Amino acid sequence: MRGPTVLKAEDDKTRQLNKHTLMAFSGESGDTVQFAEYIQANAALYSMRNDTELSPSAVANFVRGELARSLRSRSPYTVNLLLGGIDPVTEKPHLYWVDYLASLAPLPYAAHGYAQYYCLSILDKHHHPDCSLEEGLALLTLCTDELKRRLPIDYKGMLVKVVTKDGVQEIAVDNDKVVRSA
Amino acid sequence: MAQKVVEAYETGSGAGKNAPFVPIVHESLDLQADRLLPSQSNPFDINGGACVAMVGKDCVAIACDLRLGMQSLTISNNFPKIFNYAPSTYLGLTGLATDVNTVSDLFRYKVNMYRLREERDIAPQTLANLVSSSLYEKRFGPYFVSPVLAGINPTTGKPFICGFDSIGCIDFAKDFIVSGTASDQLFGTCEGLWEPDLAPEDLFETISQALLSAVDRDALSGWGAQVYIIEKDKVTQRLLKGRQD
Repeated sequence: MRGPTVLKAEDDKTRQLNKHTLMAFSGESGDTVQFAEYIQANAALYSMRNDTELSPSAVANFVRGELARSLRSRSPYTVNLLLGGIDPVTEKPHLYWVDYLASLAPLPYAAHGYAQYYCLSILDKHHHPDCSLEEGLALLTLCTDELKRRLPIDYKGMLVKVVTKDGVQEIAVDNDKVVRSA
Repeated sequence: MAQKVVEAYETGSGAGKNAPFVPIVHESLDLQADRLLPSQSNPFDINGGACVAMVGKDCVAIACDLRLGMQSLTISNNFPKIFNYAPSTYLGLTGLATDVNTVSDLFRYKVNMYRLREERDIAPQTLANLVSSSLYEKRFGPYFVSPVLAGINPTTGKPFICGFDSIGCIDFAKDFIVSGTASDQLFGTCEGLWEPDLAPEDLFETISQALLSAVDRDALSGWGAQVYIIEKDKVTQRLLKGRQD
């Protein structure tokens, strides 16, 4: 988006940091990709040097440290992040919420921006800790439908990626589905 | 933006009856309203949170709420603000969440280095001076946190609590220390409930009721609480559910 103009309808706002960690971002255009790819490169460098992959919590704390360092610099990155991953050792899933101030919170479900106001209440009601993938995707549809219904702008659909212990894969979603207001 | 506090005075019987209605604006109250209202511009009030420490008989207690928010929106109800730095030394950090993270990580690093160099655990008094000097180092660009320290000195066995402002001025207290967006309310509840020489179980009841009552009157704190009761060779951690609204 540049002002009111849509420049690209299918922009991938995620970067894969290692085999089972994915980072999604929003914020100031320019800052977002620059910061995400800086993190991506450093995560790759660590994996190459040490022949091991960083755990999601290690990546999250590294990302937070970099963003916190940038916050008190002359020109801080204005980037909000969601970090999802599976710990390669314990095979447990993790989700981290990081805002542009570099506040870090581990959460069961999270959102950034206006989506918070619409989605968090839906997730509060319907999410449960042992939610299956199918249930999770159904829940995500519930959220995106509400965004389509309530947001005054057309955000041109969603890109859905799933992180499992086998890696990251994209899930096909029907972005042309029309959701009518009540 | 400050909200004007408007009061109208009703005059008594007689000539005043027909006097025009004149609202009186109190400038002094206006200033107070400005201080009480959380705003985006005050870093201490963005994320919300509360912390309190109390002294008992041969024991100390420290407690915090669990909320992390952005103004009125709650992001997490599992964001503990108390961190452990030695077997009986705990530090509570309220204020801007990013600085709660940064400062807690910084002191983990500093205390670990201290332990390696000295080959012993840090005493609460020593940590207090470390916190103070580390915060003052950032005098002209401070971390927006209000730390609260509670512990028992490992050599003397004496309870110790203290609080700090964001630039490291230490507040040594014999009774209790409060911090966070509910600090005004905490001063009231602690003043009313605390008494000298409380036993560990009574201290737990006192600090819990003081914290829960205070955070229920603050929109930016609450959503459950964590309480530590620290005795000479025993620390009890309890999770309080509290109001979830």
